[in-house]
Amino acid sequence: MSKEPVAVTGVGQTRHVAARRDVSLAGLVREAARQALDDAELTWADIDAVVIGKAPDFFEGVMMPELYLADALGAVGKPLLRVHTAGSVGGSTALVAANLVAARVHSTVLTVAFEKQSESNAMWGLSLPIPFQQPLLAGAGGFFAPHVRAYMRRSGAPDTVGSLVAYKDRRNALKNPYAHLHEHDITLAKVQASPMLWDPIRYSETCPSSDGACAMVLTDRAGAARSPRPPAWLHGGAMRSEPTLFAGKDFVSPRAGKDCAADVYRQAGVTDPRRDIDAVEMYVPFSWYEPMWLENLGFAEEGEGWKLTEAGVTELDGDLPVNMSGGVLSTNPIGASGMIRFAEAALQVRGQAGEHQVEGARRVLGHAYGGGSQFFAMWLVGADAPDS
Amino acid sequence: MTRDIAVVAFAQSDHRRTSDELSEVELLMPVLHEVLERTGLRTADIGFTCSGSSDYLAGRAFSFTLALDGVGAWPPLSESHVEMDGAWALYEAWTKLRTGDADTALVYSYGKSSPGSLRDVLTRQLDPYYVAPLWPDSVALAALQAQALLDAGHADEPALAAVAARSRADAVTNSRAQVRGAVPHGDYLVRPLRTGDCPPIGDGAAAVVLAAGDLARRLCPRPAWIRGIDHRIEAHSLGVRDLTDSPSARLAAERAGAFERPVDTAELHAPFTSQEIVLRRALRLGDDVRVNPSGGALAANPMMAAGLVRVGEAAAAVHRGASDRALAHATSGPCLQQNLVAVLEGDPR
Repeated sequence: MSKEPVAVTGVGQTRHVAARRDVSLAGLVREAARQALDDAELTWADIDAVVIGKAPDFFEGVMMPELYLADALGAVGKPLLRVHTAGSVGGSTALVAANLVAARVHSTVLTVAFEKQSESNAMWGLSLPIPFQQPLLAGAGGFFAPHVRAYMRRSGAPDTVGSLVAYKDRRNALKNPYAHLHEHDITLAKVQASPMLWDPIRYSETCPSSDGACAMVLTDRAGAARSPRPPAWLHGGAMRSEPTLFAGKDFVSPRAGKDCAADVYRQAGVTDPRRDIDAVEMYVPFSWYEPMWLENLGFAEEGEGWKLTEAGVTELDGDLPVNMSGGVLSTNPIGASGMIRFAEAALQVRGQAGEHQVEGARRVLGHAYGGGSQFFAMWLVGADAPDS
Repeated sequence: MTRDIAVVAFAQSDHRRTSDELSEVELLMPVLHEVLERTGLRTADIGFTCSGSSDYLAGRAFSFTLALDGVGAWPPLSESHVEMDGAWALYEAWTKLRTGDADTALVYSYGKSSPGSLRDVLTRQLDPYYVAPLWPDSVALAALQAQALLDAGHADEPALAAVAARSRADAVTNSRAQVRGAVPHGDYLVRPLRTGDCPPIGDGAAAVVLAAGDLARRLCPRPAWIRGIDHRIEAHSLGVRDLTDSPSARLAAERAGAFERPVDTAELHAPFTSQEIVLRRALRLGDDVRVNPSGGALAANPMMAAGLVRVGEAAAAVHRGASDRALAHATSGPCLQQNLVAVLEGDPR
């Protein structure tokens, strides 16, 4: 027998800010979960299982916090799974939850991802010294900047492309009430004049540190039939991982990312992603990753991704909108960031994305990555049920 | 969709108090090689890989990424990780195989408790606002549970001591175990728990291979079929739980089909003697059931791996014909907060 079709019938997220001092960890996750349930017009009792994800426990200083969060998530007496796959975790968590439905283990699953970065300092949480190991430099920017530089050299992209991405994403965020950064006075000149942090990455081309959570209700065909609003249907989902460092690793366009996309496209029957996919919500923590991922995901030939960005193709009103929500550049509760991408894809095909809705979006890709460009999670959701 | 899925191979490290000379990858690598060797599979043949570990034990973020390097994730793997005991990684892998997306899965987990003070580290698992600031350690919490059990008349101290003695006597035949044979029951560590009532603290790793359908039969002469698997969690606050019972373990067992027919063997993840008594009652295990012939967690309790070891030991008993129907149990959180139960069966002989 084939897999059970999986539908997203509820999406919720918190308002993402630098520090949510008004809520505890439990309050934060519950806020997102409650919204997702409300969206699906379900109650806690309708949920069979909960799958939660977040990035390293050091970010809040709580070991395996799902144990403490069981009550807040309405999980008492139910199965509760905790996923951790580095920065891709928000995406992986949704996929693990989707598999519970696809395998007909459960009918309706709540999936949640969060990070409360204000509880600690992520940059130093990522930089704990390990004996006998190469230090990862300070935080993620130091790790990724050389790979951005490699992309620029390889592709011959002009220095300004990164600032175009940041300027676009920050303006998209102005249309998204949940986004962390709302820079109403943003200009391209301001982005380009912002301080250089990790050459070639400027301050305005980096993601913020956010507190936030995201949640979704995933359900089977029968659950989707009861949904009060149009569901988003899962057409394909996959995870791929490769080692952190090895001779021959392509940090600019990792094979794990290509393989992951190829698996998703195969499942969804996508042969030409540029033509078959209407919009992309991808994990871009540093501006230059937009053109890099456009190539890695097959939306542009190698070395050509920056041309799409430069030509305005990835603008909200462009031919292939990218990061309609404002993206990771505008909101980054790390553990939730992947799930926010997946959730935005679902909102788009449900026609529920508000001011940042792409007209006529029928198939949208959600993308997440993590670690040293080594963990990838993606899903393609559509407005129509698969095989219909 | 009921696809038959089995544990076809199990391997574990020696479990030791310290492994200073080994990194986590070095601890894990021989176990991965051994489990793959048993099936003749290579990493590239595996359809899905899933692991369980804890950053808090390793003392660094993303600690599992190094282990993945050890697996040899090239070409890239379909892979996932849970910040839980490896038994839950096995659950995720079982789900993946059920979807039909993969026919084989490699599941592994590991934990090195030796670099830190485990009793202190585990306090970081508690409610961060109201409980963790008091630093109640894992032995103290287990002692509360043990005292509740004694007060309820479900056990007395000699009964606890008997669990310890039986476990370590059984562990004599388990060359991997950390504590074996006659061990003095010792002084009170936290009353009413004596040192003998508590698990050893140690480092270790475990791995299993899962396979579906006929492939399982090709990879293993007598596959341990997973007839059911389920897990449930309870409230976190000890004050709202009846610590003398384990309703989550019982519900998981019910959903896993454990009560449909009697099991002959049970591998219980009961780090403290008192917890075995709680679980025996909750899981309705009679005196005719062999409990923890491996010695259980009282003989070796590598954090994040001890639950997967229970599933592996139960499967190995089926593989070698020592069991026809075995129950495997894993736990997580203070005082058995979260529990997983799997029922494994061999083909009729």
